[in-house]
Amino acid sequence: MTVSIPPDNTGAPHAPVSASAAGPAYGETVRTPDTVPRDVRLRARHVDVFYGDKQALFDVSLDIPEKAVTSLIGPSGCGKTTFLRCVNRMNDTIEDCRVTGEITLDGQNIYDPSLDVVELRSRVGMVFQKPNPFPKSVYENVAYGPRIHGLARSRAELEDIVVASLRRAGLWEEVKDRLREPGTGLSGGQQQRLCIARAIAVSPEVILMDEPCSALDPIATAVIEELIDELRLLYTIIIVTHSMQQAARVSQRTAFFHLGRLVEEGPTEVILRHPQAKKTQDYITGRIG
Amino acid sequence: MIPLLVAALLLVLMGIAYTQGFSRSRAIAATGVRLHSRPAYHGSLVAIRCLLPALLVLGLWVLFGPGMTRAFIVAQLPPDVAALDEPAFLTAVRRIEAIASGFGVAGQVQPYEAAAGEAVRRFHTFALLVVMAAAAGVGILGLLAALRRISPTLRARNKVESVVRVLLLACSALAILTTVGIVVSLFNEAFRFFSFVAPADFFFGTVWNPGFATTGTAAIGEYGLLPLLWGTVMIAIIAMLVAIPVGLMTAIYLSQYASARLRNVAKPIVEVLAGIPTIVYGFFALVTVGPFLSDTGAAIGLDIRATSALTAGLVMGIMIIPFVSSLSDDIMRQVPLSLRDGSLGLGATESETIRRVLLPAALPGIVGALLLAISRAIGETMIVVLAAGNSPVLRFNPAEPVSTITVTIVNQLTGDADFAGPQSLVAFALGLTLFVMTLLLNMVALYIVRRFREQYE
Repeated sequence: MTVSIPPDNTGAPHAPVSASAAGPAYGETVRTPDTVPRDVRLRARHVDVFYGDKQALFDVSLDIPEKAVTSLIGPSGCGKTTFLRCVNRMNDTIEDCRVTGEITLDGQNIYDPSLDVVELRSRVGMVFQKPNPFPKSVYENVAYGPRIHGLARSRAELEDIVVASLRRAGLWEEVKDRLREPGTGLSGGQQQRLCIARAIAVSPEVILMDEPCSALDPIATAVIEELIDELRLLYTIIIVTHSMQQAARVSQRTAFFHLGRLVEEGPTEVILRHPQAKKTQDYITGRIG
Repeated sequence: MIPLLVAALLLVLMGIAYTQGFSRSRAIAATGVRLHSRPAYHGSLVAIRCLLPALLVLGLWVLFGPGMTRAFIVAQLPPDVAALDEPAFLTAVRRIEAIASGFGVAGQVQPYEAAAGEAVRRFHTFALLVVMAAAAGVGILGLLAALRRISPTLRARNKVESVVRVLLLACSALAILTTVGIVVSLFNEAFRFFSFVAPADFFFGTVWNPGFATTGTAAIGEYGLLPLLWGTVMIAIIAMLVAIPVGLMTAIYLSQYASARLRNVAKPIVEVLAGIPTIVYGFFALVTVGPFLSDTGAAIGLDIRATSALTAGLVMGIMIIPFVSSLSDDIMRQVPLSLRDGSLGLGATESETIRRVLLPAALPGIVGALLLAISRAIGETMIVVLAAGNSPVLRFNPAEPVSTITVTIVNQLTGDADFAGPQSLVAFALGLTLFVMTLLLNMVALYIVRRFREQYE
């Protein structure tokens, strides 16, 4: 953990932080003062999401720092995955889904009509809850993204990208002799790292991970968590997780969602050890969830 | 009238048996004893034990009744008639049967025939009464015996369940046995045909000219399968050329682009195409599509006959579009959503996702669907009877009339057919060929579809 917070600097519990203490006031979210991240890459402001008539997210405002891991925690159905899928506009694929508010990546509104969603998704990669390798070979799985985006000018270049991505995902040693075998034949943990390699191969700036370890056993989970910690040096990562231990292990900042609202956000240590909002305390201590 | 009476009798027996068994066991239960089975099972068991013996008696009558009647008739015949040779003797017996049944016969009725007919009728009525009485008697005996056996420890449920299991087995065996029977008879008759025509002449012959049955077996004619086979294959190819692109694109649109509301409306409508009787497609081809193609061809300087492989293939293609589109749509929607999300999440466009991920993943299943559609096209009859032109000549121009295996079967079996000469027996050889073709296609299709299923579950 790189961010540490003096324990006496927690402000009034249950109360929104005032504008003077922590920059502009937005929403009712409790924010740890003086820890507003610098190097903000991704900024969400007043995001509401509706599925048909049902509202799934209420006025969420959140800053995501560069080259750090931000985890989104909260009970099932709290909107954390919905928020994640807003960031690369995967919610576009769901009928009746409507997003209002503003999400900016490097200052550019990603919901701007002039923005190309294909380009956005090549900058914001995604790893899903269940490993979903394509029913193609290991090599073809990783080469898929670079191919469709025309990132490689030659076969050799494509091969370099594939090898580099597999190395970076910590999978190279295990699959270097089975590149032509189907990706679906790997173990669950290997499949998930293959999906991470596949996402890395298009050189994204942000990687979204939607409970990437929930379908894996503890050993595979540990491998992936280690990998996430390494990837932090290169990418901005947002991870949705059910496990507070995982949030503590891999992330520097944590945001707690409940019933579609962002209840509290701040450095992971503060959120997990000294939460200020009552709801966060209840969740951390296991009273809700 | 008689069968109805028997059925009513059995129903009444069954009802009585069930209620008796039910109330008897209920009465035992009311004394506070715990029954092994619930009263409904006791009732069912009594009904079964009453019904089975009665059905057995009736079944025996169905099996042996005609033989007994026949023996009785023979006993009625005067010695000079009984001494006649086989065909004349059989004719005499049939005449008496006809008189007894009240249908009457052609020609003068001999006195001995009238007397025998009357006797046979009386015998028949009497025998039927005896049988019904016996069935009822046995049923009632069974009922009484079953009632006596009702006790708290009687495992009525297990017994009823085993009877039901046998019943289920019998029903599934019926379907299988029917199929086996059809196949065996196909083989039998086809072998009879091959005693007239060498298999090599049939399978590799290029001329189809069977002649007519009335000219006798001396003029056997030529039975070359190839013109028919080629006609069948050509029409199927034309049909698939129509159905594959249209059907697949429909499936892609319905499964990937259409909104849920549109799909819920559009899919059933497309499937209605499959519900239109093929004869309707047939005259649609004959009256509308054929002349249209012919006129269009004339306008651009092509000689297209109104009834041709093209007409039949085109309309058949339209007919099987729903097979292709509906099955492919289902298969493409079976591809896990996570694959689609994975591709879109990498920045692939919708069309890249469909072409590079969804179609390859669904391909085995789609091929299976296509093979099923082809086997349907090969076996299709009415469209080709009306629209293919019925010209069993080996031609390679699709604008000319052709004939198919199915059309030829229809031709060979309509009109006078005595099933002794090759003219009609060839239908069985053709049917067998068709059966083997569609069987192979279906097996390959099912194999491919199953392989595909295993991949995602």
